[in-house]
Amino acid sequence: MASVVAGIGTSHVPSIGVAYDQGRTQEPAWKPLFDAYEPVKAWLRDEIRPDIAIVVYNDHGSSFFFDKYPTFAIGAADLYPVGDEGWGRRPLPDFPGDAAFSWHLTESLVYDEFDMTVCQELAVEHGFMVPMHLCFGHDPGWPVKTVPLAVNVIQHPLPTAARCWKLGRAIRRAVESYPGDERVAVLGTGGMSHQLNGARFGHLNPDWDNSWLDRIESDPAALVALTHQDIMEAAGAEAVELIMWLVMRGALSETVGRAHRNYYAPMTTGMGLIALEDGA
Amino acid sequence: MPVQVDRNRPIADTRIFTGEESRRGYRINKFAMSLARAENRDAFAADEEAYMAGWDLSADEKEAIRDRDWRRIMDELGGNIYMIIKIGTVTGHGLYQIGAHQRGETYEEFLATRNASGAR
Repeated sequence: MASVVAGIGTSHVPSIGVAYDQGRTQEPAWKPLFDAYEPVKAWLRDEIRPDIAIVVYNDHGSSFFFDKYPTFAIGAADLYPVGDEGWGRRPLPDFPGDAAFSWHLTESLVYDEFDMTVCQELAVEHGFMVPMHLCFGHDPGWPVKTVPLAVNVIQHPLPTAARCWKLGRAIRRAVESYPGDERVAVLGTGGMSHQLNGARFGHLNPDWDNSWLDRIESDPAALVALTHQDIMEAAGAEAVELIMWLVMRGALSETVGRAHRNYYAPMTTGMGLIALEDGA
Repeated sequence: MPVQVDRNRPIADTRIFTGEESRRGYRINKFAMSLARAENRDAFAADEEAYMAGWDLSADEKEAIRDRDWRRIMDELGGNIYMIIKIGTVTGHGLYQIGAHQRGETYEEFLATRNASGAR
């Protein structure tokens, strides 16, 4: 059977992508962010060796608009093109998918009562791409096949933290019922503390973010119990993206081994990273 | 069933993008979303008034776009930041300029509040 081998929680701030594309990763203000991912890249490449990455992210007005905004959507294609979310196409290769694996996931999830919107064409954007190039090299191509899994975290009502956790549990069951021997990593993306609207724009809460990093590893039940209100009050309206990390954590075993952790809050977003090995 | 967005616990200086906000901001957000296409960005940049005339925008919405009044767009007109940023991309206003305006600060004042403003 296929297996979930690792989970990563990571922010997906678009400015990271701009700095990356402009070759500014070693500038003093960016180095603490980018250098933290180098051991994660090596760990994934040399130890975890995933075949597939399920990337849990949200679409910020790239493939979805408020005319139709799915609560949960899954890519089911063999290729996901780099999208244009308003500032042109980034110089990254398109992302390979595995349609057969995605359709298996979809069938398992729907029969497990998670009613996904199924996307046979899906352009991906910073929420998906920034975590991918932080965690994986891409010369000449990406070393893993991908499954984009989009969650509505921008137009309330959002799925609850508990629902996201249960989706993670269902993803684990789906992976383990796949008849291959694929090794699967799950990336939960977004956050950490940030607010982009109102006079509270720029709100950060590093203490709360670090507490989240502690609890996502060793006490996720405490996070599952949080309401959107709790998260937004403490960490900013847009910090609610963090519920997507619970999809990742829900897909992992109860105890995990932490391989890497980082936190940096230079501008308006707490940029967090945690890398967890399943069953360790 | 726990309340997820508690109207009795409003968060100061914050707008939660609920269905009510999404309905209020539908036109201006739809206009902004159009700018996820390069040919539309080019058309808007070439002639803002002509491009806006092709969309279902109210006089207030057009005025706020014309005035680069990001605070009004966000606080009064239902703007969603992920859509509105696409207008800023064409007009030369990045996220942090839009944010500074929402805070009632100059760009420089806002940058001075950050931990490492080189990371932008």
